[in-house]
Amino acid sequence: MSTVRTRPAGSAASSSGSSGRNPLAAVLRARELGIVVALAILVAYTTIANPRFLSAQSVRDILLGASILAVLAVGQTIVIVTRNIDLSVGSVLGLTAFAVGTVVQDNPGLPLPFALLLGMAIGGVCGMVNAVLVRYGQVPALVVTLGTLYMFRGVTYLWAGGQQITADELPRSFLSFANETLLGVPWLVLIALLVTVAAGVLLRNYRVGRELYAMGSNPEAAMLAGISVGRNLLGAFTVSGALAGLAGVLFAIRFGTIDAAAGTGDELEVVAAAVVGGVAVFGGSGTVWGAALGALLLTVIGNSLAVLDINQFWQNAIVGALILFAIGVDRLVAARTARALKKRNSHVR
Amino acid sequence: MSRFRTTRVLTALLSAASLAVALTACGGTTKNDSSDDQGGGSQATGTADPEAELQEGVKMAFLPKQLNNPYSDIEVSGGEEALGELKGEYKLVGPNDASASSQVSYINTLIQQQQDVIGIAANDPNAVCPSLNQARSSGIKVVAFDSDAAKDCRDVFINQATTQGIGEKLVEMASKLAGGSGEIAILSATANATNQNAWIDVMKTELAKPENKDLKLVKIAYGNDEDQKSFQEAQGLLQSYPNLKVIVSPTTVGIAAASRYVSSSNYKGKVAITGLGTPNQMREYIKDGTVKEFALWNPADIGYLAAYAGVALVSGQITGKEGEKFEAGKLGEYEIGADGEIVLGPPTVFDANNIDDFDF
Repeated sequence: MSTVRTRPAGSAASSSGSSGRNPLAAVLRARELGIVVALAILVAYTTIANPRFLSAQSVRDILLGASILAVLAVGQTIVIVTRNIDLSVGSVLGLTAFAVGTVVQDNPGLPLPFALLLGMAIGGVCGMVNAVLVRYGQVPALVVTLGTLYMFRGVTYLWAGGQQITADELPRSFLSFANETLLGVPWLVLIALLVTVAAGVLLRNYRVGRELYAMGSNPEAAMLAGISVGRNLLGAFTVSGALAGLAGVLFAIRFGTIDAAAGTGDELEVVAAAVVGGVAVFGGSGTVWGAALGALLLTVIGNSLAVLDINQFWQNAIVGALILFAIGVDRLVAARTARALKKRNSHVR
Repeated sequence: MSRFRTTRVLTALLSAASLAVALTACGGTTKNDSSDDQGGGSQATGTADPEAELQEGVKMAFLPKQLNNPYSDIEVSGGEEALGELKGEYKLVGPNDASASSQVSYINTLIQQQQDVIGIAANDPNAVCPSLNQARSSGIKVVAFDSDAAKDCRDVFINQATTQGIGEKLVEMASKLAGGSGEIAILSATANATNQNAWIDVMKTELAKPENKDLKLVKIAYGNDEDQKSFQEAQGLLQSYPNLKVIVSPTTVGIAAASRYVSSSNYKGKVAITGLGTPNQMREYIKDGTVKEFALWNPADIGYLAAYAGVALVSGQITGKEGEKFEAGKLGEYEIGADGEIVLGPPTVFDANNIDDFDF
């Protein structure tokens, strides 16, 4: 919402801890609240139509489905708040899924954490390529990452050709990780939560996090304020790439079948999740919590439309309408709060 | 020797090309002594010689829908094998995307390279037509496989299986797995996928027959050939229809996704999955018991048959008319059906007993 939205813009560079002043009020007014309400309505409606929608298996499926998208959306948010965008995440996901799949296939004894780290490392390198091109090429991120979207996918095709890594070629321990739980919560979900919390705290409470918002709000001012824009940009893209790499490994674990086309088109869904979650594409505002909730909302929409037996031809249209609706509401709230803030701040300044 | 023959074929082709232009009005009456002139050109006018010897050194180029597609790769590998047996020259070209017009420039290049046969899986039946006809007017034989080009711009079409045959097989497997009665659902590709919709239509007709009256098709879901979406749709089916006995997925992405989902959920053992899939991607699920049986034609056989048909065309054994017959190596004898269609045969059923015999 708009306090979270506007405040970083104004005060990010100067104060890093000011956002937690009144936690309760912040929660109530939070932009994220809208998504939670939308989620609640959707879940309630679907559950009334089909009570099995809230069965343990179904909830688990939804959370598992949302976890990969959430990891991607968190990375995307970190880039978007700096007024950039990373369209290459789908291709990075495909590349790492295939790369890690191949490595695991050849070394069945490889410990899983190593596979996860390997995926993040490959993704991180891809992210760095993006950052270097954006920073030193002085080219807009939209263009650079559109280019690397094709480039990384091309590399994957070159390498994979027509090969497919199938479930029977992957070690069982690798695949069964998709079903393993800690205290009843699947590991994939825990990983997504961990990523969201870590990124959320970093963006909210740490200096570098506030600097990212400042860069997105006003790049020139951020530079003049002495923020090392280049270093932060490199960091943001690298983290986004690394998280896309992590998502690639999770993709391989969950789906078990990987070919060169894995993750094609995911970038748009990721941006949609972030936008629905209240992350402004012009940078400077939005939270990873919102983006993660946006990912959850999109997943629930997909699942509930399937359960509600809605004609396939309508499904995409409905998702699109919901995105427009979310953005519309967001704009409305933002405009109102901006007006309110102007009034409130007028005597302060 | 083979060099000599090739040159001869080329000369024949070239002269045939000019001949064809000159003789357009004379259709069918100019059959030369075929032992004298084995070049493809003379047969373009329309009479087959079943006794003609298969030529060696035939240059056949495969142009699949796109390169780097696992399925296309298997198809053309069959063509390579067949041309190896026939001592022909195999060539593979193709676009990286499966868009309608992407194949045109490749066809033009193949014409300039003076190939003898083009094997094409058309991305669009009409977009490739002008180029294919240009190829044919310069004496090149055109064999469509997998996905047909318009009828009047190719010589023969290798159909992987008839729509009827696939639809029947799918219902047969579903009925067997459901024990003859109960609810079944279909998890297809996209809602407007031509192949899948044609098969589903046949399935509906089959299900309407008295012997299948106890089978109830409750829903057709569409997974768009995406893993995530197919997962969601499979979940939706199982939640909406708790008594569901069988999910039939006539698409390789859908069947693998549905199997992976069911194998990792509480539904394992409660619902059967079948449809069309490749042995490699389904092996895991056959072995862990999620899937009992599924079907597919052998994609390598499509390319294999296409290569034999191409060489038979060049050699003048066939011209693409209905009723003509030719031998296709290990696959045996084939007869050309209506509209130049050659049907590969019924799909192969894979189960725990035979799946390890296949690697594709």
